[in-house]
Order: sequence, then C-alpha cells, then structure tokens
Amino acid sequence: MGLYTYNSESIPKTDRIGRLVDHLFAKMPEIESARAVLITESYKATESEPMIIRRAKAFEHILKYIPIIIRDEELIVGSTTIAPRGCQTYPEFSYEWLESEFETVETRSADPFYISEKAKQDLREVHKYWKGKTTSELATSYMAPEAIRAIDHNIFTPGNYFYNGVGHVTVQYEKVLAVGYEGIIEEAEAELAKCNVGDGDYVKKSHFLEAVIISCKAAVAYARRYAELAEEEAGTCGNTQRKAELLRIAENCRRVPAKGASGFYEACQSFWFVQQLLQIESSGHSISPGRFDQYMYPYYKKDLDEGRLTREFAQELMDCIWVKLNDLNKCRDAASAEGFAGYSLFQNLIAGGQNKEGIDVTNDLSFMCIQASMHVMLPQPSFSIRVWNGSPHEFLIKAAELTRTGIGLPAYYNDEVIIPSLVSRGLTLAEAREYNIIGCVEPQKAGKTEGWHDAAFFNMCRPLELVFSNGVDRGEQISIKTGNVEEMKTFEEFYDAYKKQMNYNISLLVNADNAIDVAHAERCPLPFLSCIVEDCIRRGKSVQEGGAVYNFTGPQGFGVANMADSLYAVKKLVYEERKVSMAEYKEALLTNYGKGLDPATISDLTVQIAEQLKAAGKPVGEAEIAAILKAVKAAAETPEIQANGEKLLELIEEVPKFGNDIAEVDAFARDVAYTYTRPLESFKNPRGGMYQAGLYPVSANVPLGAQTGATPDGRLARTPVADGVSPSAGKDVHGPTAAANSVSKLDHYIASNGTLFNQKFHPSALSGRKGLENFVALIRSYFDQKGSHMQFNVVSRETLLDAQKHPEQYKHLVVRVAGYSALFTTLSRSLQDDIINRTEQGF
Amino acid sequence: MMDYMKTRGRIFDIQRFSIHDGTGIRTIVFLKGCVLRCRWCCNPESQEYAIQTMMVQGKPKIIGEDTTVGKVMEVVEKDRPYYRRSGGGLTLSGGESLCQPEFARDLLRAAKERGINTAMESMGCAPYEVIESILPHLDQYLMDIKHTNPGKHKEFTGRSNELMLENAKKIADSGMTDLVIRVPVIPGFNDRKDEITSIARYAAGLRGVKRMHLLPYHRLGQDKYDGLGREYLMKDILPPSNDYMRMLKKAAIEASGLDCQIGG
Repeated sequence: MGLYTYNSESIPKTDRIGRLVDHLFAKMPEIESARAVLITESYKATESEPMIIRRAKAFEHILKYIPIIIRDEELIVGSTTIAPRGCQTYPEFSYEWLESEFETVETRSADPFYISEKAKQDLREVHKYWKGKTTSELATSYMAPEAIRAIDHNIFTPGNYFYNGVGHVTVQYEKVLAVGYEGIIEEAEAELAKCNVGDGDYVKKSHFLEAVIISCKAAVAYARRYAELAEEEAGTCGNTQRKAELLRIAENCRRVPAKGASGFYEACQSFWFVQQLLQIESSGHSISPGRFDQYMYPYYKKDLDEGRLTREFAQELMDCIWVKLNDLNKCRDAASAEGFAGYSLFQNLIAGGQNKEGIDVTNDLSFMCIQASMHVMLPQPSFSIRVWNGSPHEFLIKAAELTRTGIGLPAYYNDEVIIPSLVSRGLTLAEAREYNIIGCVEPQKAGKTEGWHDAAFFNMCRPLELVFSNGVDRGEQISIKTGNVEEMKTFEEFYDAYKKQMNYNISLLVNADNAIDVAHAERCPLPFLSCIVEDCIRRGKSVQEGGAVYNFTGPQGFGVANMADSLYAVKKLVYEERKVSMAEYKEALLTNYGKGLDPATISDLTVQIAEQLKAAGKPVGEAEIAAILKAVKAAAETPEIQANGEKLLELIEEVPKFGNDIAEVDAFARDVAYTYTRPLESFKNPRGGMYQAGLYPVSANVPLGAQTGATPDGRLARTPVADGVSPSAGKDVHGPTAAANSVSKLDHYIASNGTLFNQKFHPSALSGRKGLENFVALIRSYFDQKGSHMQFNVVSRETLLDAQKHPEQYKHLVVRVAGYSALFTTLSRSLQDDIINRTEQGF
Repeated sequence: MMDYMKTRGRIFDIQRFSIHDGTGIRTIVFLKGCVLRCRWCCNPESQEYAIQTMMVQGKPKIIGEDTTVGKVMEVVEKDRPYYRRSGGGLTLSGGESLCQPEFARDLLRAAKERGINTAMESMGCAPYEVIESILPHLDQYLMDIKHTNPGKHKEFTGRSNELMLENAKKIADSGMTDLVIRVPVIPGFNDRKDEITSIARYAAGLRGVKRMHLLPYHRLGQDKYDGLGREYLMKDILPPSNDYMRMLKKAAIEASGLDCQIGG
C-alpha cells in the first residue's frame, strides 16, 4: 500500500495543447545570437573581476536584455529564443566549430538549424573576443599529450563537456517552490553574515555568495519583464478570455520565482523559470526535472482540496510545461549531433517510486505525467518510470499504454537495483530511495550531486584493436606494447593483453576528463545553478569547484556485446578448437574479412607506406601514391583473402553469441564488462569524488562504430557497434525473454552510472489488455533478475521504412533511440537503418 | 532424476515469449508429427514424424530433433521468472501432441510438478485413454474444432471429425481441465456464418466450456511449403478481413453465449 490514494482516471486533452505543439514545430529551429552578444559585452566590462562574479554579472546582463516573447495561447511563459525551438550559443565553452559550420548547419543530416546572415555576422564579431578564453582551450592545455592523442585516435571521446557546459543535474526545485529566490538570497546573506573577513575561505566564499545573490536577483528581474510584457499584451488584447489569461500570467510572474508559490499554477510557472534559466546560464544538457510528481504534489493537493483547482486545469498546465520542455533547444557540432541525434536535451522527468522511508508515493500527478506525454506526443521530457515491488500495477499498465503508442516513452527503471547501487557509492539509504534519473539513464540524488554523468564515451572495441596491433594505430605507437598477438600462447595471455590496453587507455580517459573538470571550475563556475545544489552555499563554492555533497565522474563504456562475442570467438576458435590461427584472424581483421577496405583506411595505409618509402630514400610522387593506393586496395581484396574472410565469418557465425540465454557466454560477458567497470572505480576526480562507469552509448554507437575497424565477432569495419548493454543487432535470435535473461547476467550494480537495454516490439505484442499485462510482466521479470533499465521501440518495420521514403509524412514520428526519444526523420540515415535492423521482438 | 524426465520424443521447435497460446508469457514446445493434413496448415514441417530437411532463406535446415523431457525442461525453466509474473507456462503444440502420448504426458507432468502452468493445443485426435492419461497434468486444453460436418472435415483435413467431437465431450465431462475451443477460420472451408455458429453451438453444449477463440487464417507458413518442395494449395485465398471476423465473432456470441475472442 502506498502513501497516497490516487485518482488515475484519464483527463482529455484541450485544443490549446494541439495548437501549441503545431506552432512549435511549424519551422526549422533557428540559431539566435543575442546571448552570445550580451555575454561578450559583459565579459569585456568585467575583465579585472573574479571569475565567479563575472559569471553572475554576465548572467544578469543577459537576463536584462535578451529579447523575450509570450507565444500565442501559452499559459506558462519563458522562452529563451524568439523563434520556437530556437537556440542560443555559448562561446565561453567553445565556438570555433560553429563558425566553421555556419554554411552547413542548415543542411546537415542530423539536427539542422537555420541561421540568418545577421546572426552569423554578430557571432563572427563576438567570437573574436573568445580566442584563448574558452573552457575547451583551457582543458586542452591541461591534458596530457598522450590523452589528446588517444582522443585523436578515437579510443574515447570526452566531447560533451569538452565543448559544452556540463548540465546533467537535478536541482532543488522544491526549494525555489517553497521560498523563492528571495528566500535563497536571504540564505546567502545569512551565510555571508556568518563569515569573518579573516577566515581562510573568506575570499572565495564571499565572492561566491555575492555571485549567488546577483544571479538570484537577475532571475527575479527576468520574471518581472515577463509580468510587464503580459500586462502590456493584455492591454491591447481584444479577446476577453486571453486577456484574463495574460493578466493571470502577469500576476504569476510578479510573485514567482521571487517568492514561494502560493498554488499549483504559480508552482508550475516557478518550476519553468528555474528549468529555463538553468539552460541560459550554461549550455549543459540533461538538466533533468526529476521527481516532478513529488515536489509539485503538495501544491496540487492543497489547491484541489480547497477547491481552487480542477484536475482538468492542472493537466492542461502540465501539458503546457511538457510543450515548453520542447521549446528549449541546443545546437551541437555536426559530429556530436550524430551522437546525440534528435534535438534532444534529455530533460529527464520521472514518476512513481518510493519516498525516503521506502513507501510507494505514486500519486495523481504520477498518472497525469503519463497523460501529459500522451497528450503532447513529443520527445521531451525524457520521461521515466520508477518500478519496484511495491509499484501499483495500474500505474505500470498506464505506463505500458504510453509505450504502446510507439513514442518510445517511458523508460523503466528498477529501484531494486538502483537503490543498493547508489548506497554502494556512499549515499544514505534514505537519499538513495529518493533517486531520480539524469539525462539518459544515470541515477543520482537530486539537489546534492554533481555527477558529471556523461563524461565520455569509451569505445571498448578499440583497445582490442590495439592488442592486435601491439599498440599501434594508423602507423603510430599510441598505446602500450602488449606483445605480438601471434605469439600469445594462451587465451589468458591474450585476455590479459586486452585488460592492459583497457587499463592504460582508461587512465588516459581519466586524465582528459579531469583536465576538462578543472577547466570548468576555473572558467565557468555557475553560481545560479549552485545556489540550488547542496552544500554550495554553506561551503561557499560552486558545484564546479566541488560544492556539491556528492561528486562523481561517469564515463560510458560501450561495445560490451561486441567485446564479449569477440573475445569469446577468439577463445573458442583460436585457443580451444584451434580452427584458425591468430595470424589468420589478424589478417582477416586487417582486410575487413575480405569485404573491402573503406576509403579512410586505404588512405591511411597509403600514407604509411609512402612515408616508409620516403624514409628509405625513395622518390614518392603523385604517380607512386596512386600506385600504392591501388595496390593497397587490391591487396585486401584478393580471391584468397576474400575466401579466407568468408570462411572465418562462417566459423564465427557458429560460435554462440551473447543475448541468447547461454549461461557460459553470458557469464563471460559479465566478466568482459568488468574490464571497464572495475578499473574505473579506483580513479578520483578533482572535485573529490570517484569515477563510476555507465554502460550505454546514447546514439554514439553509430558514429563511433564508424571509427572502428573489423572486430573478431564478425562485425565489419565502420559498422555500428552494439547499443548499450543490448546484444549485437540481430544476434539475439531467441526472443525478448532470452535477450533479457542474458542482459540481466551482467553486473548492473557496479555500472552505477546506468545501463541501457533496448527492446523493440511490434505493436501487436502489446495489443489489448492482455498485451499490456504481458508487457508489464516482461519488465517485472527482467527487473526480478536485477536488470536496471529497459526501454522499448514499439513501431513496425514497415512504418520505419515508409518514413525513410516519405519523411514529410512522418514529421512527428518519435522513436526511442538510446536513452531518449527522438524524431525519426531528423536522424541520420545510418542511425535510421540501425534502428530498423534491431531485432524485431514479439512474434 | 525421475524416470519420466528421460522419456524421449521428437520436437521441431521451441518458441519462447509466446503470448497468444494460453495465459501469460509462455514457452511453446512443438512436437513433430500429425494425424491430419490440413490444407492451410501454417506448420507443414510439423506433419511428418520423420526428420526432414527444409530450405530456409536459401539454406537447408534440419527439421526435427530427438530429445528428452529433461532437456526440454531445461529450456522451459529459463523463462520461469516470466511465468511467475505473467501466469504463463508451458504450452505443447504441434503437429498433434497426442501422436507422442508418453512424451507429451511426461513433459506436462514435469512442468506441473514444478509448479509451471501447462496448456496444450490439440485436435483431440487420439483414443480417449491417451487423452485421459494426460488430463491430470494439464491446466488448459486449447482444443481445435474445425468443422461440425464430418464430410467437409474429411475433405479438407484428411480425416473425419467424429472421434474429435466425441473426445471433446469426454474431456469436458471429465472436468479435469479448462477446455477452450479454438476455430481456425479458413475461407472456403468453415468461414460461412452458419458454419461458425454451428461450431459455437456445439462448443456451448460442452460442459463447463466458456470460451472460444476464432483464429483468422494467415499465410505466414506459405514459404515453408516451398522450402519443403510442396505445393501450397491455398495460394489464392486471402485472409478474412477484420470486419468479417468481427461479424463472425458477433454471430458466434449470439448463437452460443460463449465468451468469444478473435485471436489467441
């Protein structure tokens, strides 16, 4: 029995919501220059001041002058751009990529943005100021040369925080709802009053607190601008109903977020300003609303009990917030856009679960969150459901109904794994029970954590390539030497070489991440964010400088299934059955199993050979290069090599694969995952926290797979690697229960930064009440076996193929890509193909 | 190991996560060999008891595997977490499971004794003593009744239906299992309204029977006929439309008062 009795009855959608959605998606999103211009003005004027004060003053300057707009029929206001779904830019983190992509950003395949000539001109002008001043430049200068080289060779990519803000946090929304920013200002002033000018930390702390006060005041003033605008528009509005709505908006914006919310509507508006302004302060994504159904509930309940609110209006307000979450946007560089495709900001909002005492707290709003996602049918928020043994069955059935729509939402999370996993990382049981999810799949305790949850992607396939090449990549010794692979006598020796390559490259990843971490602390501390994360105010420092109670760094490993299948195939074929020699295996990998080399590899090899010739004093002209090129291409495609490749692929095909519920293979996969998760645990970050692994790739398994050569599991060069902890695409042939059993055999507790398990179902698998019941049973059974996360694509293959042919007819088609949902037609072709090719489950 | 775990038999497939043949999430074990030769059969590789080679996507595949109850149960056990949450279990299908009576009985017994729910899809085409030996281990009998007219039944399936109809009565009277009547709705064979309602009335007359499934004809087995080098005799037959199925369902309910559903 849960804490609340709830009303789960469906509430219809109002016409307003459909119109708000249509308005939002009428045009291609646009890049605006206002923020970049304003922050540059402010930075120029504050050069002699402490960085934390400069950040606060820049935030104040932006909020004072950035253009504002109230969109037609909105009930919740606050837009970062004039254009719907537009984005601002953040030159303090990085800017060069944007300027170099000005001419292609509108036509690129993943997440195109329109940019006006005027905006280009503005940005070119202000970018001049930022040369040498960005976090990414500072991070680079802090990095070890070998770490930079490993990044250049695509062993891992720390791209996310290298070029952008960190985000990836859930703040204390409840604090702003309760006391408003005026309350927080009082708290900061009181803390300041306690400080003594002679204290050792006074210098930094006093300036931090001052920065907090400036930032909070800026937020209050920003809301007042909306109050004034609403009043002004009300004055000229001919429609009586809209006029009343505008006056109510004005009233709300005068009160919140300055003061505590007096009711549900104000709480919604206050929530929104927090959510929006965090994303004006920094470009970080995955700023996650978290347990919205919990911190909003007291306001809803009180208003409902006192007869001041109907459930219908509460639903409409929530729907409006759901729409607004899609109004925020972010332009990434072309490569990152492929990795995070779908214009996603990963604002994860979660419903259901337990309170700190371990009692289920599913309530009316938990159901209304599901309803809101059904009403808007948009990718944001990244909507999640907490599942545990005490979850109301009806709640999961309602969630399954949302899954059945094919929108790829919600994702399901297992309290029974995540809570003990967080406790093992030092959280108290009470805090762990209140966890929510950040971004894709990363758990944290809201308002207390700087989790750096998306610190990097580490490609677990690349160190195996380095085993075969003895640490050489593209002709360069980029990693340690682990010996000649042909001479490795036992599988243990071979596996040990893999572990050594892993360990070395993991240490480089840590170096890269820590360099970036320090760069953020020095150049982009965030006072506005920090004032609603414990214990920043008391400690007197920003989250970037270690102000949060819990500090983690969570880089993701991916390719677990490929490495499990690869190492297992080598173990069987080379060392146990002796059907193929290591030399033959190595040649097959180098020649992509005789299936032809890709142009990049051919040109790399050509360059290497040409340089060797030059070094030997031989003349190398254009004719020689052309000849080498031709020879390299031909050498990899001789009939003999093709036949050998084909034969080896057939042998590999016969070796059992991960994902088919075969105890030995699954146990092996578990061990392979440890080669990433265990070494990471021993590292520390500059904020005093530890590293914790995640096992998921967002959608980076496609672009990063394109940087990976052929692997011993039979995967061809440059093709996608397996996504998350899911089996390799098409290798799981015994259906969803077998795949889920295999995946549950991995250790999900140690991957405390999250694991991601995708399944795709044909809609018929969920038809009728019986379909929903079986679907919920499937989730529960996977969770009984201690899987951590599950998400689903429910859409037919035919639909997806048709959407590729007629994208214009599928503008709203949402699919679950990795840790989030995205608009299918906005994805790159190769990612679309990857989704289509995933084994379609459900007979 | 109990002796019945060693009982041998011949299967041609095990399909996990089946959600259309009995309650919950189930594992279906397909036994090889059948007494009938239904023209529409979607598992033509099930009909012969002999082990066969079928071409699948251009490659030869051996159809049929001799195994034991114990080995099959190893696979069935793998999805126990799903049975527990969904009320699912083991379903025997075929072919006609009754063609291998000891094997079928011991599979069901092994499951039942371990607390796994059991079901069997079958035409009931065997001496009643055989069925009787199975009933103590069977939670749900999904019994096909394809037609009430013996002549037409013989024409399309190769056998007359008297034995099956009589067995249905006996099974119902035994009260030992939950008997559900299933009707494959085959255009040109039994898809007239009067044919369906006749089956429905017969089913309603069986003691304790409350439910009936109308399973619309589908063509998903067509490629297998090619793979076996056999001619598919129903090439030109289109599956019944959803509207038509709904009409039949309504008619069946009106004629019998049974709880009638489309699909399993």
